[in-house]
Amino acid sequence: MSNNFQNNEYAQRDTIMQLFTSTVGRKVLMAITGQFMVLFVIVHMLGNSSIFIPGGINAYAEHLHALPPLVWAFRLVMVCVASIHILFGIQLSLENRAANAETYAVKNLKKATLASTSMLYTGLLLLAFIIYHLLHFTIRATPDIKIGVDALGRIDVFGMVTNSFSYGIITFIYIAAMVVLFLHLSHGIQSFFQTMGWNNEKTLPVFSKIGMVAAVVLLLGYASIPFVIVTGILKG
Amino acid sequence: MSHDKTMNLTLHVWRQKGPKDPGKFEVYDAKDVSPDQSFLEMLDEVNEDLIKAGKDPIAFDHDCREGICGMCSQVINGMAHGGQDRTTVCQLHMRMFKDGDTIYIEPWRARAFPVIKDLVVDRIALDTIIQAGGYTSAHTGGIADGNAILVPKPEAEYAMDAAECIGCGACVAGCPNGSAMLFTSAKVSQLAVLPQGQAEAARRVKEMTETLQECGFGNCTNHYECQAACPKGINVKFIAKLNREYLKSLF
Ligand code: HEM
Ligand code: FES
Repeated sequence: MSNNFQNNEYAQRDTIMQLFTSTVGRKVLMAITGQFMVLFVIVHMLGNSSIFIPGGINAYAEHLHALPPLVWAFRLVMVCVASIHILFGIQLSLENRAANAETYAVKNLKKATLASTSMLYTGLLLLAFIIYHLLHFTIRATPDIKIGVDALGRIDVFGMVTNSFSYGIITFIYIAAMVVLFLHLSHGIQSFFQTMGWNNEKTLPVFSKIGMVAAVVLLLGYASIPFVIVTGILKG
Repeated sequence: MSHDKTMNLTLHVWRQKGPKDPGKFEVYDAKDVSPDQSFLEMLDEVNEDLIKAGKDPIAFDHDCREGICGMCSQVINGMAHGGQDRTTVCQLHMRMFKDGDTIYIEPWRARAFPVIKDLVVDRIALDTIIQAGGYTSAHTGGIADGNAILVPKPEAEYAMDAAECIGCGACVAGCPNGSAMLFTSAKVSQLAVLPQGQAEAARRVKEMTETLQECGFGNCTNHYECQAACPKGINVKFIAKLNREYLKSLF
């Protein structure tokens, strides 16, 4: 164990590599990658909302993919970010389980929530959803996909999306996944501020509220799209 | 008021012969318990009966019995120290319970705290964390004059709040991850704001968190159960401070 508190050896240690092995370092990497994904889901939701403007989402999709190298660079970054988050999420969770293997016969949690205790499970469900979502609307390899072109000769993303949501099971999967995302973020967003150390007793309740509000807004924002399509509120 | 009615309680107590023994719950009746008794006095009487009956008494840790030594350590009905705000087991009174109650009593459970016997666990790992850096290495000689080193009031108060930790380990017992982050953060924060501690703040936070990991404690995932379990009201703001000190130490 560490007896080098008083000698110089410490000053020479490789500090940045500790981020990948230390207890706080790995949490910080998870927090930063998690927050990066939160920014992504916010921008993605704003992009999706172009569906409410006639022809909007077809134009949006066309512009988004106008620069393939940029699209691929961004995808590469997202894969790295997600991998760091997922790998450390699993590793830390397994360590935590080992550190608390014998559970109490009577459990009486006061502050922990369904969201905070199920982060690994909601995370893994999100991973499953992300894989499905990519196969679905990005790679377009699922059997329900119908792609046409609109009046302006653009790929008809609107038609593809409304067609897919005419299947009850697909609508259900999307809305359920957004509930899972809500759970993950209702704990995750405030957790980010604590892990980064940007917190004290006055800010903690504020960040908890901000995190909850953001998670609700994301849930409603995303779920509104299949909702308006299924209920027929939004028509081509 | 001392003539309040006495109570009869059913206790389910964790009995374990040694660290390797599987252990199990045994049921005991606690009869004629006065509401003015402390929880430990109630257990003392149960033990008297066990001794009279020629049985092995329940082993539990205690020392000061006034909430300052941090020895008493029992999870009562799923809550470290019984769940009363800012109260250790020794300060818990039987008036919290009512006649006919069933009470589950378990030891602190965490990999880093192996059971020695019954409700007694080995908390040496907390000392190991302190040995890794929970001090200042400068030799100070004799006791310095009071106020020889001036500390601004807010910092002094902050350090005192952190120094309230009695090292009982309730934060670990309450943590779903078996992490000792609140304990470690209290010492890191206390020393980081004081002039004598500031010089070694970076090395301290790294050594102490590294040792925490080596001792088999889990990682903090911000459940904040530790703060709810702490009999001294140590706030999770100190964990944020530890995270801050850790990030600073990288540069
Ligand atoms: C894809 C699979 C995913 C897995 C396996 C996963 C797993 C986890 C785990 C185990 C934690 C740590 C629990 C804690 O610290 O309380 C966590 C935290 C977090 N996750 Fe995820 N997650 C995933 C996806 C996502 C996504 C898509 C987002 C954002 C849209 C996200 C945002 C966050 C945030 C902000 C945190 C809190 C960071 C912290 O302070 O530790 N995660 N995740
Ligand atoms: S016996 Fe000393 S704190 Fe309880």
